[in-house]
Amino acid sequence: MSPAAPAGNAARVDVEDTRLAWGLLSPTVVVLALVVGFPLAWTLWESLHVHDLRMPWLGYPFAGLANYRDAVADPRFRAAIAHTAFFAAVSVSLELVGGLALALTMHHATRGRALLRVLVLLPWAIPTAVSGLLWRFLFDGQAGIVNAIFVGAHLLDRSHVWLVDPTMAWVPIITADVWKSTPFVALLLLAGLQSVDESLYDAARIDGAGPWRQFVEITLPLLMPAVVVAAAFRALDAFRVFDLIYVLTGGGPGTATESVSLYTFSALLQRLRFGYASALSVIAFAATFVLGLVYVRFAGKHLLRVDR
Amino acid sequence: MTAKPRPLSVLRLLLVFGFVFPVYWAIASSFAPEARLFDVPPVVPTDVTVDHYRALFEERQFWLPMRNSLVVAGSTTALAIVVGTLAAYALTRLRFRGRTLVLAGVLAVSMLPQVSLVPPLYLALRAGGLINSYTGLVLPYLSFALPLSIWLLVGYLRQLPAEVEDAALIDGASRLQALWHIVLPLAWPGVATAAILTFLYCWNEFLFALSFTLGPERYTAPVAIALFRGRYQVPWGEILAAAVVTTLPVVAVVVAFERRIVEGLTAGAMKG
Repeated sequence: MSPAAPAGNAARVDVEDTRLAWGLLSPTVVVLALVVGFPLAWTLWESLHVHDLRMPWLGYPFAGLANYRDAVADPRFRAAIAHTAFFAAVSVSLELVGGLALALTMHHATRGRALLRVLVLLPWAIPTAVSGLLWRFLFDGQAGIVNAIFVGAHLLDRSHVWLVDPTMAWVPIITADVWKSTPFVALLLLAGLQSVDESLYDAARIDGAGPWRQFVEITLPLLMPAVVVAAAFRALDAFRVFDLIYVLTGGGPGTATESVSLYTFSALLQRLRFGYASALSVIAFAATFVLGLVYVRFAGKHLLRVDR
Repeated sequence: MTAKPRPLSVLRLLLVFGFVFPVYWAIASSFAPEARLFDVPPVVPTDVTVDHYRALFEERQFWLPMRNSLVVAGSTTALAIVVGTLAAYALTRLRFRGRTLVLAGVLAVSMLPQVSLVPPLYLALRAGGLINSYTGLVLPYLSFALPLSIWLLVGYLRQLPAEVEDAALIDGASRLQALWHIVLPLAWPGVATAAILTFLYCWNEFLFALSFTLGPERYTAPVAIALFRGRYQVPWGEILAAAVVTTLPVVAVVVAFERRIVEGLTAGAMKG
């Protein structure tokens, strides 16, 4: 109906629309209830119980918040949170800087834009597990190309065994993530750049502003909403990191690079502590939810807009 | 347009080079003989071999995980797009109470950490005898594929003018007729974009496939590669060959639909 539809029709149309709408939405509601709603409720329930598949004789006693108390006190879980936060902070910052550079490059490219887009999309489109392996090959301890380049350029005296060093193991992990996700950030920022009114630059040029001042006073402020959205979007993803670390270091050496998802996974499928792992995943869920609220807070008015 | 000074162009070239070089290196190495895998400057490989590819398909039967990935990603995408199109139509064209709530719910689901669904899904699939089955992957995959496709489709349908459809409604067509005869023919580029992106996300999925499959007969391609083991050392040649094979379909899709993918990605994340 056009916006000018007579008000008298509204009530009747609404009833019909409502019935049809829920009809059309019912498959979605059923599927999401089945694969998300019900499992989440179950996770919550599990997290309040002792449930260890390796010790079936313990049964399934109600444990209240014991699993959560254990989790909060668990040094390995605390370390996993710290690792995840560190990983997210460093890689998302690098991706924002790199993404901005890349977006500006693509924005100002006069020729070969399509080719540029394809080349830049490649790292994003390669399965994360595969690109993790690819970077493990490049960072190989003895003869990987990264070592060869660093030694050749005299930045390192001898080959470095990156993946078995608790601190240096982060270098391949973060490099791989930055390589994979910078293009995505660049595309989000490029969309932002393209919506900046060109006449602002003309006006600035007439006022005698150089390229740097134009960038600082026009481009950056107008791009800020896009930057915030990209940052929140990436932070959400980085906080859930699993595939990359799983194939690159397996969380090692020891547990030096273990993320929250990785620890939850190992509590679950390697140690079969379902109750405890469920508590861990509820905490992960709660943390993501807070990040998600930040994201919606900034992007929400566009995302949840109901008019058309 | 701002002026383009030379040093910047060099920087740009380096930037792009940084993104492309690792891919090039992996491809070049996958054709190098095992003994020369870690030789440093074969910028252009001297002796090319397809041994790794032969071993991949003959000894490791890599066509199995490829087929599994294709079946799982394909079925999930088909289901998500059909169900998602109905939902997206309701969410963009019909006025009803709870519309914002449904949209917020879909958004919340798409932000969920996958790992928090693994414990209950594992127990449920085990109880239903669905561990290590296609159904046991497609169902969990819908938890992220359906919100994603609804999200992308809502974004697209919003941009589509409603006038043509309104005309048909005034002429006495029902809502469902309008959806089938008018909206879908107009919206197919958006539906195609949503399908492509959903397929890519399914193709790349790792955690569910790792948790809910038990052996090579049901591993998806990324899981199979990650679990490759050699007898004495890491079988890098075969891993790289497998990486190239797994990535080829993705590259084909990206090259063919580059513009659509970019539009879908950016609209999905911010413009709605």
